[in-house]
Amino acid sequence: MSRIIVVTSGKGGVGKTTCTANLGMALAQRGHKVAVVDADFGLRNLDLLLGLENRIVYTAVEVLAGECRLEQALVRDKRQPNLVLLPAAQNRTKDSVSPDQMRKLVNALTKVFSYILVDSPAGIEMGFLNAIAPAKEALVVTTPEISAVRDADRIVGLLEANGIRNAHLIINRIKPAMVAQDKMMSVKDVQEILAIPLIGVIPDDEKVIVSTNRGEPLVLAADANQRGLAGQALQNIVRRLEGETVPFLDLTPPADDFLARLRRLFRPTE
Amino acid sequence: MPLRCPPMLQELLDRLFSRGTTPKTSRETVKRRLQILLAHDRTELSPAVVEKMRQEILEVVSRYVEIDPEHSEFSLENDQRTTILTANLPIRGIKEFFPGLPKADEVAIAEADTAAAEVPGVSEVPEVTEGVPPGMASPEAPADFPPDTLDLSLLDVIDAAIDPKTLPNPSTDGKQTL
Repeated sequence: MSRIIVVTSGKGGVGKTTCTANLGMALAQRGHKVAVVDADFGLRNLDLLLGLENRIVYTAVEVLAGECRLEQALVRDKRQPNLVLLPAAQNRTKDSVSPDQMRKLVNALTKVFSYILVDSPAGIEMGFLNAIAPAKEALVVTTPEISAVRDADRIVGLLEANGIRNAHLIINRIKPAMVAQDKMMSVKDVQEILAIPLIGVIPDDEKVIVSTNRGEPLVLAADANQRGLAGQALQNIVRRLEGETVPFLDLTPPADDFLARLRRLFRPTE
Repeated sequence: MPLRCPPMLQELLDRLFSRGTTPKTSRETVKRRLQILLAHDRTELSPAVVEKMRQEILEVVSRYVEIDPEHSEFSLENDQRTTILTANLPIRGIKEFFPGLPKADEVAIAEADTAAAEVPGVSEVPEVTEGVPPGMASPEAPADFPPDTLDLSLLDVIDAAIDPKTLPNPSTDGKQTL
């Protein structure tokens, strides 16, 4: 039985696509046959994060129009043979596909792939409805910021209303040093507010941007140092998805020396 | 649903964040803002409906006691995806029901902490249970107000209410928390 998981957030720019690319890659590395589906018609990005943008010939739209076979549209990853991308069209709008068509596409993929990750566009309109239509589970990505958390909350409500009750939370771009200084909501704060089970905490890490520049998902990096804490956090999410109990990374910043604590005592609250 | 911040909510926010001697950290502030914001988002009640509900609740409570509309607070909050309606209605005095009975205008402001009504999921209009300040009346009493016949035991209740020993200390801002 394949698992169909939508990665969604409501707000744009919180790391949905980065998560989809890395989680898809990490699942493939663990030996699963994985298809990642870009549901962001008109503003596709998943191909860029996977470094597959030059290899797209057909997209989901051509498959649906009967202009090519599904298999022809799938872009195989040369670095990881277990992973394929089903690209979205860049020149169409989100209304060029319907939820029924998405269901048909993804159901066809379940015949071959054991994991199908659908990268949802931002927003709660047609594109979002298309992305969640085939899904049985959801990963809700947020950052510890007020607008992202509010939008994530809206998404959780909409997922429930659409019959997706299996939703897990990923908190992205946490800055442990800021949390320690009470300048950012903690993982516990966000989780308390959203009240859905937590599956991952990804620290803010410049390595993510570097990996995006190169089109190489962080989890592909050979050594642990290159993957960084963010890469490790993403790999842990995949292990938890598969039912393992993995403790959350210890993200507490190194203990302050006496001077730093003294300085904080005299600093105005921010 | 476009969410306009109703004036009373704004007032509540202002009061919450300006009060106290130690300034709040931005982490506490954002958490608090989100809790209030999401309580409104989740109930899917429009600000107009919340306002109407507020007025109706005030109207019902005003039938029994004199409340101070200026200082009443009315808020929706959220805990574990359950919405809680909280109303803080400072009571100035008990209404005079019968001519000849002592007027309870000396009863200082007490705070009726209108307790939680849970709104599971969507827009069910919550039911409000009312807490009664100590020394005013037993919780069962208001159900029969005003009684059809003159019940003398009522006098005791009201006398008890204006008994200076049970009055809150006027120097402490007239407020007393339950």
